[in-house]
Amino acid sequence: MFDLDLWTEIVSALKKNRLRSFMTAFGVFWGIFMLIIMSGAGKALENGVLDGVKAFATNSAFFWTERTSVPHEGFQRGRRWNYETSDIDYIRENVKEVEYLSPRLFANNQSGNNTIRGERTGAFNVFGDYPDYFKIDRWTPVQGRLINEIDMLQERKVCNIGERVVEVMFEKDENPIGQYLKISGVYFQVVGVIHAETRINIGGGKKEETIIIPFTTMRKAYNYGNKVYFFSVTSKPGTKVSDLEEKLKVLLKDRHKIAPEDQQAIGSFNIEKEFVKFNALFLGIQGLTWIVGIGTLLAGVIGVSNIMLVIIKERTQEIGIQRAIGATPGTVIKHIVAESVFLTVMAGYIGLSLGVAVLEILNQILLKAEGEMFFRNPEVNLTMALSALAVLVVAGIIAGLIPAKRAVSIKPIDAIRDEG
Amino acid sequence: MIRLNNIHKSYVMGNSSLHVLKGIDLHIEQGDFVSIMGSSGSGKSTLLNILGMLDNYDNGSYHLSGNLIANMSEKRAAKLRNELVGFVFQSFNLISFKNAMENVALPLYYKGVPRKKRNLIAMEYLEKLGLKDWANHMPNEMSGGQKQRVAIARALISKPKIILADEPTGALDSATSYEVMDILREINDDGITVIIVTHEHDIAAMTRQIIRLNDGRIHEIIRNGELKNFQKSYIHGLETA
Repeated sequence: MFDLDLWTEIVSALKKNRLRSFMTAFGVFWGIFMLIIMSGAGKALENGVLDGVKAFATNSAFFWTERTSVPHEGFQRGRRWNYETSDIDYIRENVKEVEYLSPRLFANNQSGNNTIRGERTGAFNVFGDYPDYFKIDRWTPVQGRLINEIDMLQERKVCNIGERVVEVMFEKDENPIGQYLKISGVYFQVVGVIHAETRINIGGGKKEETIIIPFTTMRKAYNYGNKVYFFSVTSKPGTKVSDLEEKLKVLLKDRHKIAPEDQQAIGSFNIEKEFVKFNALFLGIQGLTWIVGIGTLLAGVIGVSNIMLVIIKERTQEIGIQRAIGATPGTVIKHIVAESVFLTVMAGYIGLSLGVAVLEILNQILLKAEGEMFFRNPEVNLTMALSALAVLVVAGIIAGLIPAKRAVSIKPIDAIRDEG
Repeated sequence: MIRLNNIHKSYVMGNSSLHVLKGIDLHIEQGDFVSIMGSSGSGKSTLLNILGMLDNYDNGSYHLSGNLIANMSEKRAAKLRNELVGFVFQSFNLISFKNAMENVALPLYYKGVPRKKRNLIAMEYLEKLGLKDWANHMPNEMSGGQKQRVAIARALISKPKIILADEPTGALDSATSYEVMDILREINDDGITVIIVTHEHDIAAMTRQIIRLNDGRIHEIIRNGELKNFQKSYIHGLETA
């Protein structure tokens, strides 16, 4: 029920003390404002980081080789070694937990200008990959198509190129599809321009500057023999990739005469572990946001309660009069609590709106500033906004109830006599 | 109407206790116009507060309109106050941020009368007291006499059976005081019991019964013939003034 008198009373009481009401409300306003800003910023960081990785298969692991650190079976320590194509076949056949397996070769001269087209030259990261690789680290074709199984089987000299490669090697209005690039002395036809969906970078270099050619073509064209430099696996659903990683390490050590206790020889990395770390990090940030935010909010609420106490003290006489002419304690409490709730909720609402507005402005700025941003889509979820509002209402009630109880505990006659 | 039986009241202040009322027996009929006099500290205000259910007593009994007023909840006391009693205070005690009309209408707000209706009734009472043109003025824009008239209108609006006035003329000059007393007499003529506390003899002389308190006890009750003499000696000074 809307009670006009109640509200005129509240508004006039607050108006009478503009500065005090403002300062009080500011405490709550600031609390909720900070809560929103911090949680939005935390969320933005989370979005920024997870956006860059969410298309990545979280059940994936990666393997490369390092020099051995333990002498074994007649080999000295410090031996250089490589995986072999036979490892790939062996794993495919014998390790049932593997879902996708994609071996990779790197070009041996990654640094110099390895790509030529007419008068244009460029230094790009050239990888020989299996088509399965696109299922682990997702790329989407912007133009043309991805490298496929037939390219592999026929060892076709075709390539997928990143967006930066297009910029460097082609005119602005030129269509790269069907054109040829000379990569380390061999001509490859461009069949697709590809865009990386993730910012997880395996193998170094910028993803826009990548050229991917079929694994088999690379092996043959550049004479890699049966070497494999690197491979990626994903585990089947229901298998933890960390377990698979350990299993494969043991198996590979055995196949390449590496001491089981050698911690260095096989380099590996699994995304699952990183994700767990990420999640813990964000959970931490969120938790911190809430702790700090609620702390600030609490300070605001205590401020309101304090100010309400002062107001009540000042209005003791008025409350006494009201009770002398028939106001019940319930009515008095209702007024005071409504006043407090009004103040906190108004302040909270303004803080909430302003916080959201600031985040939105930030968002607009971020949208304009494209590129490598680890800060994306600052947002506040509705649950959080609503629960903050609920906290405010409850806090307002408590902040009002304490002084209200005090107010009605004074006898009306003492209140009227109170000349201060 | 009002029946007090051996009323005792003490105020406890820290370790010492101050015995203010030491057995008051009093009987006031409906329609009486009574003043309570006494030197300061004689307990007159305390008595009025007990009569108005603003304060409670320690011993004895107090019947108001047949109700025993004892150990009541605050809520019930508030309701009875609202129904039976109207208060007029020395310092007017108007709500400073409400205009005259809203101040007068306030008791009806607590009774749950809708806004429009109670403002209409408030206007009637203001008109009766000659303050119709001041309805929209705030208390700080009015003179003491006007404020007291607003306070009286506020006391009357809930149609009480008793008006309790604590030094109603204490903050007013004598001319205004008499105006206020005239109003109170008119109210009394309508059948409402009026009880005022005062220390001014000329004011007390205008009532129909004077109760003199001394040290927490009723010292004397002046009425009828004695009252005539009392009035003669005090009203005389006024008429020449």
